[in-house]
Amino acid sequence: MIWQLDLLILTLVVFCGIGAIMIRDLLGAAILFGAYSFMMCLLWTIMGAVDVAFTEASVGAGVSTVFFVAAVYHTTRRTKD
Amino acid sequence: MEEFLRLIIGKYNYWIYITLMMIGLYAMIAKNNLVKKIVGMNIFQTAIILFYISTGVKKGATIPIIEHSHDAAHQAVRAADYINPLPHVLMLTAIVVSVATLGVALAVAIKVYHRYLTLEEDEILKQIREP
Repeated sequence: MIWQLDLLILTLVVFCGIGAIMIRDLLGAAILFGAYSFMMCLLWTIMGAVDVAFTEASVGAGVSTVFFVAAVYHTTRRTKD
Repeated sequence: MEEFLRLIIGKYNYWIYITLMMIGLYAMIAKNNLVKKIVGMNIFQTAIILFYISTGVKKGATIPIIEHSHDAAHQAVRAADYINPLPHVLMLTAIVVSVATLGVALAVAIKVYHRYLTLEEDEILKQIREP
């Protein structure tokens, strides 16, 4: 485990998570959540959990983002907070 | 004191895990929008997965695939050389469960939107209270 890379990606994960819940646009939240999931996938590759990493890349970053975008498409982008 | 500080900094993965968990909990409780709450729930689940994966990490170990598998009978497998694969296997299930809960939650959110024409929690509650 390369700890510099680990710490950098952990910081990016926290920023993506905060951004995903703070942004005032649901489509933006969905995209930031996809970025968050992909950062998590990189983190698990660094930690040596390759099986978890590719499951997260396909299911977390792929399918979850598609679900969020589909839900926003069927409802609305407007949000108050 | 220095020993204590090294303990704190050395386990930085766990501190980030607690931070992510609290971000998710805050989003689930304080956010008004239903989709934001669902995002918070997913961040919470991912934080727990991060905790479990962090417990399996070993210093100086490689990924859990056996080397020299052709003549494995001659060489003993040293467990200290490999990252612990048990948390990984448990968390594979957790990822699949999390995407299933996400699908159900978003489906319920879409139904709620079609009925009340809003995703904000306070507006939905107002419509429920005064029919």
